[in-house]
Formats: sequence, structure tokens, C-alpha cells
Amino acid sequence: MRYLDEFRDSELTKILVDRIHRETTRPWVIMEICGGQTHSIMQNGIDQLLPPQIELVHGPGCPVCVTSLELVDKAIAIASLPNVIFCSFGDMLRVPGSGKDLFSVRASGGQVKIVYSPLDAVKIAKANPDKQVVFFAIGFETTGPANAMSVLQAKALGLNNFSVLVSQVTVPPAMHAILGDPANRVQGFLAAGHVCAVMGYWEYPPIAEKYQIPIVVTGFEPIDLLKGILMTIEQLEKGTHIVENAYARVVSFEGNKPAQAILQKVFEPCDRNWRGIGLIPTSGWKLRPEFSQFDAEQKFSVGDIHTQESPICIAGQILQGRKKPLQCPAFATQCTPEYPLGATMVSSEGACAAYYRYAREVQPRE
Amino acid sequence: MSNSTPVTMQGPVCPLPLHHHSQIVMGHGSGGRMTQELIQEIFVPYFSNPALLAGNDFASLSIPTTGSHQISISTDSHIVFPLIFPGGDIGRLAVCGTVNDVAMSGAQPAALSAGFIMEEGLSMDVLKQVVASMAEAAAEAGVSIVTGDTKVVEHGKADGIFINTTGIGWVPDGVKIGGQLAQPGDAVLISGSIGDHGIAVLAARGELGFDTQVASDVAPLNHLIQAVLAEIPEVHVLRDPTRGGLATTLNEIACQSNVNITINEEKVLIKPAVATACEMLGFDPLYVANEGKVIIILPAARADRALQILHNQKYGQDAVLIGQVNQTPGSRVLLKTRFGSTRLLDVMAGEMLPRIC
Repeated sequence: MRYLDEFRDSELTKILVDRIHRETTRPWVIMEICGGQTHSIMQNGIDQLLPPQIELVHGPGCPVCVTSLELVDKAIAIASLPNVIFCSFGDMLRVPGSGKDLFSVRASGGQVKIVYSPLDAVKIAKANPDKQVVFFAIGFETTGPANAMSVLQAKALGLNNFSVLVSQVTVPPAMHAILGDPANRVQGFLAAGHVCAVMGYWEYPPIAEKYQIPIVVTGFEPIDLLKGILMTIEQLEKGTHIVENAYARVVSFEGNKPAQAILQKVFEPCDRNWRGIGLIPTSGWKLRPEFSQFDAEQKFSVGDIHTQESPICIAGQILQGRKKPLQCPAFATQCTPEYPLGATMVSSEGACAAYYRYAREVQPRE
Repeated sequence: MSNSTPVTMQGPVCPLPLHHHSQIVMGHGSGGRMTQELIQEIFVPYFSNPALLAGNDFASLSIPTTGSHQISISTDSHIVFPLIFPGGDIGRLAVCGTVNDVAMSGAQPAALSAGFIMEEGLSMDVLKQVVASMAEAAAEAGVSIVTGDTKVVEHGKADGIFINTTGIGWVPDGVKIGGQLAQPGDAVLISGSIGDHGIAVLAARGELGFDTQVASDVAPLNHLIQAVLAEIPEVHVLRDPTRGGLATTLNEIACQSNVNITINEEKVLIKPAVATACEMLGFDPLYVANEGKVIIILPAARADRALQILHNQKYGQDAVLIGQVNQTPGSRVLLKTRFGSTRLLDVMAGEMLPRIC
């Protein structure tokens, strides 16, 4: 496949791995921000190719994992209402709420549909004028533009039966939260390539400067990841802390300006609760007041939500890079993808799911 | 009814019942005259064979007198949406699925039963196409559809048509095949590329948002299997990687046989169009369904000859050695990546879900 096979080339991989081994003289802790990167690392066994001094810790960049329990419970409550078609990305259906998940709502007769794009939800709303169609607008800067576009389309079509349950979060505030924590171990960041494809990386130099930490914009294929890791190690070994771009075929400094304009038009910053981590100031987006008619939280009064997290799950510490999945006593015993205790075990971008799927029993338990 | 036909009343008349030739109605499942008409007009012409023509609620078959003392039996209910997809339809699937399940025991499939649950309103043309396709697949496999049943459910209570097929076959003496028989040192072969069926059906639903040229691989594999067994009866395991794909099926075998299996990622053949579709959706082709592929596990010394035989078969031209059985005890499937690292190849947790971003 063009544009893919080149970035999975085993010869080029060897060259990069050799260079990483040559450059590394000391132990370093590097965090990949995005759950997609975590999965690619585990799927391709990238971690096994690195020198033992290099520790990769897994970041909070999994939209399914960090969507607050309160919003998951609200989604479940709205989806259970009669006359509602609740549309969501597939991964959200398995995420455990306090009592149940969206799959069980569907099994009990609720209309829950998996869509590939938020614009499909707009089509469903248009085709079902007698139903209320709600889209679960979760995600980082990557899903933001399409989610915003669904609201603009619904407005242009004059739909009054479409709304979004917004759980948009943003990466830079999470990096501040991780780096500002006294318990932080992270010494270098692989920034999330697709987030940067939308936003560019102009937000990152102040972070690199403030915390004296190298940040390398990194893609998702094995070659991309190894290149990002190599550039981070080179900086760490030299003692520099600048922002570099190892994913230039996709990412520019400015990012995607039209997408950013759409985000600006529809959303405004807000504080957000991150599941397992807690409240991070101005770490998310909510609908601007002029789009409040599309706000599912305002449209459906689903108060009386009492959240209840699993007391065993350590997802929060995993999302902040403090612990790894194999350090959790419930990993692969009480907590499995079939019966997840936390969202990190559910999502195709969750760190626990990645370990369960690719590294369970292959790597020794820590 | 057309509105253009002028109605001329000629005084009181006894209204004749309407004939329902264009779609299935509840009466077709009544067991009465409409059911008989349906059987005579649709099923009998396509499935004609002595056992069926006898008109009984059962079929009597002769057991071969030599060379076989074991019967193999398997049943499968087939539901698929859409009913017709590139490379096949529910009829071909219903025949091939069960023929293959019987053939995986090493048996030569002999006969099938077919039970139809049809939804009121099913187009008679679609039914005809499905039945014709069943007849064609059965002829290709060399089996007869000897007995059957039809039921009709109200509109909205089924997805067009569900077909259950049960197959029986005779296992040649000296053949002993089962998922529990994989042994350390065995070679693992697969008869061709993976993921074609799952992606073809998904694309036919029109939900991908892009077009793809992938056709389902649905095919009867009994001739291919018989060709291998005729020369290499010491095959240990035969299994078709249907739902859950190659990864899930290998895990079943690893568990049953209490062995570890290692697969080489680079050896597994994935057509570019399947790989592209999977890449866009976030699916792993190792978990996507196949309907015309077989995993063959046999002593490594016979692997080369088995591949030669497979390459001469219609449905085995791309057969390839993908891995080996390592050790016992175990029950894991490991994947050697193209980069030389090794990872677990797990079973699928539940429904495969497209990724978010």
C-alpha cells in the first residue's frame, strides 16, 4: 500500500533501531501522548526493539478513556429515553458507566447506533424528523472539527431534532497537568501526530521551554514512531529541549487553518473533568451560546446522575504515566476487555487494552 | 395492484383470492396449498433429486458399504445482511458454510438439509436467486439438498431470510482430524488470502463511505480438502477461519490442543484492497471473517507436498505456510512481526468496532 508500506519497512526499521541503540547512554522515560501510538507500539512490538534504558510510558490521549464518567452516565440516560436515536462512535458503546454501558441500553431496546462520522448522525436526524437524534461528540482536537461540522450542518438544514452531547478535550492542558505534577517521571514527549495535523504545534514551544522538556511531533507507523523516539533521545542525550517535527508529511507548524476556524466558530474553552485524572482547567471545549439549541445536556434534563467508579481500577495513574497496566492487580483477572472495570481496558486506544491484546503473558508481570 | 385497470362490475361475484407470485406472504408458511406451490415452483426445480422428489418429511440415504465407518454431521444457521453481496449471497453461504464444516472433519459431504425462515414481503425474485445459488454451490460441492422446511414470519421479525443447513458426510477410514490434534513440530498452512468475506459484506452494506472491489471468498472446500487427504491422510487439524478470522480460529486450536502456535506476519496474504479497507476502518484483517479458506495443520515434513497439491486446486492457488506449532503445554498464539519482535495474537473480545480517529 502506498504511503503505508514505506513506513513499515523492516530494513529501515533496523537502521533506526541501531541508531537508537548507539545514541542511548542513560535511562530515559518518554511518554507517547496518543493511545493510537500506544497501540501501534504494542502491535508492532516496538518496545521490544528499544534499549532496556528506554522506558515508554503511555499518555492520556485516548478519547474514550478520558470521557468523564458523568458524561457516560448522561449518555446512557439519554440513550434510554423513548423517541431518542443515540449515535456514537463504536468504541464508546462498551465503556462502563456507573451501572451499565450503551451496549446494554441497546439490548434493552434503546436505539443506539454506531456511526463512522458525526455527519452520518445528521443524515439520520434528517431522515427521522419524528425522533430526537443525539450524537456523542467525544474526542480530542482530531474529532473536534467533524463534530463541529455536524452542528453547522444541522443548523444549515434547520434541524431541530439534532443535538450533541459534547465531551471535547484538548492535549496541551493535559501535558501541563502531567508535567506540573510533583510525581511526574516523563522526560520527553512524543506529541500526537493527528492532533497536530489539526492544531499544528505552535502551542508546544512554551511547554517545552517552561518544563525544559523535548517534544517531538510523531506519527503512528513503526518508522514514524522510531524516528520520533530517536529524535527525542538525541535531544535528551544532548540536553536540549525544543519542539521538533518527525511527522512532516502530515503536520505543519500552523496546522489545518480551516479546521481550526470551524472549531473556533462552534466551540469555546471550558474546564473538563478527565476520567481517572480529575478536573483540568480550560482543558476542553463546549458549544458556544449561539449553538445552545444543539446542546443535548440542555435539551434533555438528565440530572440525578450519581457516578460510581470501580474502587480497584488504576486507570487514572496509567493515563498519567505513573503506572503501567501490568502493575494493576486486576489486569487480565477481574478486568478484561469483555468485563472492563475502566475505560482504558475498552478502547482501541486504551493502554490496558493494548497490553491485554498484544503483551499479556508475552512480557513478565512487573 | 395497478390503478390503471378499469374495473367493470358485472353484478355480484365471488372474489377470487389473489395469487402472490411476487413476494412471500404468511400463507406460504401455512403448510397448505401455498406452501406446496412454493415448494413445487421454487425448491423442487432447483434441488431436484430422488430423496427430495419422494415428497416425504424425511430423506433416506444409503450409507457407503466400504471405506467408511464414521458419519460426520454439522449444522449452521446463516444470517447475513445484505442477502446478496459481491462474490456470493446467503444461499451460497448457507451451502458452503455447512459443506465446509463437514469437510473439516475429513469427511466427504454427502447431503444437506435446508430450513428456511422467511420474512413476509421477501421478494420472490430474491428467493429464486438465493435458491438457484444454493443449487449451484451444492452441485459444485457434489452434495444434494435432500430435505427441507419453510416457515414464514411476520414482516419485521426476520431480516429477509434466514437459512439453516445441516450436512452429513462419510469420514474415510484412517482419517483422524480434530482441533485437539495439533502437535509440536507441525506446520500451519492456510489456503489463501484472508479477510475478503468480511470486508465484502461490510462494503455491500454501503456504510464504509468508500467503494471497494473486494469480493467474498465464499466457496466449497471439500474437493480441495479431499485432494490433500487422498495423498496426506496424516493431516492433524482442518478448520475454516470464519467468524473471528484467522486469529480467533488459531486460538481455538491452540486451546484445544494445548499448544503454542507462532505465525509469521509477513507470510499471511492480505489483498491490497482488503488491507486498505481495514486500514481506513481500524480493523485488523487477522480478525476479519473468511468463508472460503482452510487452516491445515500437519507434520512439517509433509507441508511442501501439501502446498503443491493445494496450488493445483481452484481455491488453493495462494496457499502458503504461515507458521508452526511450537510446544506443549501452552495455549497461546504468537505473532512474529516483520520487525522481528513477537506479540500475542489474542482472540477478539466482542464486536469489532471501527476506530475513532
